[in-house]
Amino acid sequence: MCGIVGLFLKDKSLEPKLGAMLSEMLVSLSDRGPDSAGIAIYGAPSSNEAKITIQSAKPARDFRDLDTELAKAIGAPVSIAVKSTHAVVRTAPAKIDEAREAIQALRPDIRIMGAGDVVEIYKEVGLPEAVVDRFDVRKMSGTHGIGHTRMATESAVTTMGAHPFSTGADQCLVHNGSLSNHNNVRRELIREGMKFETENDTEVAAAYLSSQMAHGKNLGEALEGTLSDLDGFFTFVVGTKNGFGVVRDPIACKPAVMAETDQYVAFGSEYRALTKLPGIDNARVWEPEPATVYFWEH
Amino acid sequence: MPATKLSKAASHDQASRIFDLDVSSLRELNQALHNLTPGSNETAWEVLHPKGSHSVAVGVDQPVTIDVRGSVGYYCGGMNSGSTITVHGSAGPGVGENMMSGSIIVKGDASQYAGATGKGGLLVIEGNASSRCGISMKGIDIVVHGNIGHMSAFMAQSGNLVVLGDAGDALGDSIYEARLFVRGKVDSLGADCIAKEMRAEHLELLQGLLDRAGVTGVKPSEFKRYGSARTLYNFNIDNADAY
Repeated sequence: MCGIVGLFLKDKSLEPKLGAMLSEMLVSLSDRGPDSAGIAIYGAPSSNEAKITIQSAKPARDFRDLDTELAKAIGAPVSIAVKSTHAVVRTAPAKIDEAREAIQALRPDIRIMGAGDVVEIYKEVGLPEAVVDRFDVRKMSGTHGIGHTRMATESAVTTMGAHPFSTGADQCLVHNGSLSNHNNVRRELIREGMKFETENDTEVAAAYLSSQMAHGKNLGEALEGTLSDLDGFFTFVVGTKNGFGVVRDPIACKPAVMAETDQYVAFGSEYRALTKLPGIDNARVWEPEPATVYFWEH
Repeated sequence: MPATKLSKAASHDQASRIFDLDVSSLRELNQALHNLTPGSNETAWEVLHPKGSHSVAVGVDQPVTIDVRGSVGYYCGGMNSGSTITVHGSAGPGVGENMMSGSIIVKGDASQYAGATGKGGLLVIEGNASSRCGISMKGIDIVVHGNIGHMSAFMAQSGNLVVLGDAGDALGDSIYEARLFVRGKVDSLGADCIAKEMRAEHLELLQGLLDRAGVTGVKPSEFKRYGSARTLYNFNIDNADAY
């Protein structure tokens, strides 16, 4: 099963409510996947800061004094905002790759959830309600976001096996389905220099899209490629710095419903996820067509 | 507004029983429907705020009318036996799955596998139905005012599928029997599904189906009939090399 949601706001006045709206959508799909849950929120861009979301099983030990040690290591100011097992590290955009390497060197047990100018990613084992409470997601504002509640099929129930998967700056993906050629595609991507954290099929799909976009394709073109290069069942919802996209495999047995109003574009595995959105009764509601790419950009 | 007042008075006479799913649980609704016995006076039911709930009015076996005011999730009206269910909204996957008799009317669209494995009764989709509409149908009649998606009537065994709009790819793939009537274009036919001659008996059957589904202004002669070429019924030894 698995449940996936996405919300792309057109109306700026809704931005302070993005976290609350997306949390509500995800919690409504809890019975589609009780194993783990995750959310990626795209916040307001800042010209002098980029972010790395990090995770540790021992946050008290790993996050203590990390800001001062990291600032010293990269020679630039660093701030850290801790939220339970996760923390968001902020530093100058030019220093972000250096900071990422320094974090791994200073704290080998820390895992990188994602990085970019605007994205923050929170994911853990547990029900969506527990996960959004733990990271105070309801209070977060942003322009768009995606979420996932997992019923594991392809790999272990762990924090790193939870979605969203992020394999490029400000890029992330949630997936309902299972891929059958992920081992082959992973090998090809490793040869290209991509790095993988898990044995998970969805991580391969995320890395595939990152690789396509690194080769100059836009989100729509990259999504189009999944239809010929990935084999298996999938409904993907993808976030980029300024965009949001959806694609379903040609068989399209994994459910999907979308709604659009003047204020937002929303995606849910089921209509249940959309029922509390403002103006839903008058929204255009449709089922995305199989093998058809949909994407919106700010 | 005299007409509205009249209809309200009429529904009060029938003592329509209202279930608000914001207040009552889905289980309470379905249990109350299952508790109905033959000859019950509670013949009119109304369900408010379904909000995409799964399994609304599943397994009803008495000839009552159920009006669902909003959109439903998976399997609405599944296994229906004799009731008349109207969804005043759209339906999620598997609406009317394994229906035995009675009717289900969806005012909006239906998601995948509408009417799957249905053995009898009438399913009317006033909007579009998506993929696998009527998959493995076993005697149900399905009338779709709009279009249907790919792989519809896959392995259909008996019954009638009527589509006023277009059909997606692989219509009637591996069909055993069942009659498929499509008014618009068909993207492609599945294995062993072929266009067939529309004879007088089919025109009459189709007119009856359109009448039962409340379709007006559409003539049976506007449709094409599709069905089984019956070449998959027995294994063809010439194909042995393919296995």
